[in-house]
Amino acid sequence: MVELRLYLAQRISAAIIAPLVLLHLGVMIYAIQGGLSADEILARTRGSLFWGGTYGLFVLAVALHAAIGLRNIMREWWQVTGPLLTGLSWVFGLGLLAAGMRAVAAVVGTS
Amino acid sequence: MTESVLDAITVSVWRGNARQGGFQDFQVPQQPSQTILDVVTWIQRHLDASLSYRFACRVGMCGSCAMMVNGIPRWTCRTHVKKVMQDNRLSIEPLRNLPVIKDLACDMSEFFEKWKRAEGHFSGRDTRAQPVAKISPTDNARRAADAAIECINCAICYAACDVVAWNSEYLGPAALNRAWSLQNDARDGRQAERLQAVSADGGCLQCHSQQGCATFCPNQLNPTASIAGLKRLASVNFLHKKYRERYG
Repeated sequence: MVELRLYLAQRISAAIIAPLVLLHLGVMIYAIQGGLSADEILARTRGSLFWGGTYGLFVLAVALHAAIGLRNIMREWWQVTGPLLTGLSWVFGLGLLAAGMRAVAAVVGTS
Repeated sequence: MTESVLDAITVSVWRGNARQGGFQDFQVPQQPSQTILDVVTWIQRHLDASLSYRFACRVGMCGSCAMMVNGIPRWTCRTHVKKVMQDNRLSIEPLRNLPVIKDLACDMSEFFEKWKRAEGHFSGRDTRAQPVAKISPTDNARRAADAAIECINCAICYAACDVVAWNSEYLGPAALNRAWSLQNDARDGRQAERLQAVSADGGCLQCHSQQGCATFCPNQLNPTASIAGLKRLASVNFLHKKYRERYG
């Protein structure tokens, strides 16, 4: 049932990513119409629970989605199997999660 | 009508076995309404009797004569030369994704083994002591079964599938299409076992929905849609099961 769990996790994460991408693009296009500097954008996002939650959820979904996708590619194209396949998928997923969360912290962190 | 050299087709036929092989060119005269199977038969009868290939019905029912024609999997008995010939040339190879026995004949064992692994056989729910099941032809499940049922086991979809090429354990479009047909047959009694078989590793979840199978199926079936149906069924069944385990 591992395959079925991964299949569902990848579909559910895709369903989370798609509307968040649209929200990100929509807000970005709307917000810069009058001309906004990076400092002005950060002034609005820092300390915001909403943007922290939104981008945190996005990063989590992307890390899960991409790691499962890469696992499929490694299996099919490079015939990687067993613990190596699982290990590489985890490393990639956790790496993506760490890099993404660091970016989220930079956008919403108050320090 | 006399046949001139201009009427000849240059046919590159793959010759060899599981270990080695290559293309051999033959000159074959063009005929009206000539099929690819006619070309192969003409070569065997007039030019090289050692050419091996497989056919049976010659009318598109048995699924025996599928080959790669100009790189595309086709049923050769129903493929007209005029429709596929390019610059008076043809290339004919054994089906992709299956081991070659000799020349154009490939070993179909794994193709049919995968039918078995996908529980591709009908298993009646009732005994002969019970009355015949009444099934409306307009019933949604019956319509889904009917849409997938006309498979002739030619393995063209199997040859067209990139996932089969990448993953030798993948059951393939034909076996999964057959499984979907049986999952929608109200008279079948092994649907739980079959769903488990097709949701396991190498089953329906491996399909990338590239639709090579649907593009090349000579009977215009859509195995991709059947596989999508199996994915839905497996997902819903799994979530229902988890919900029942948790909430009773």
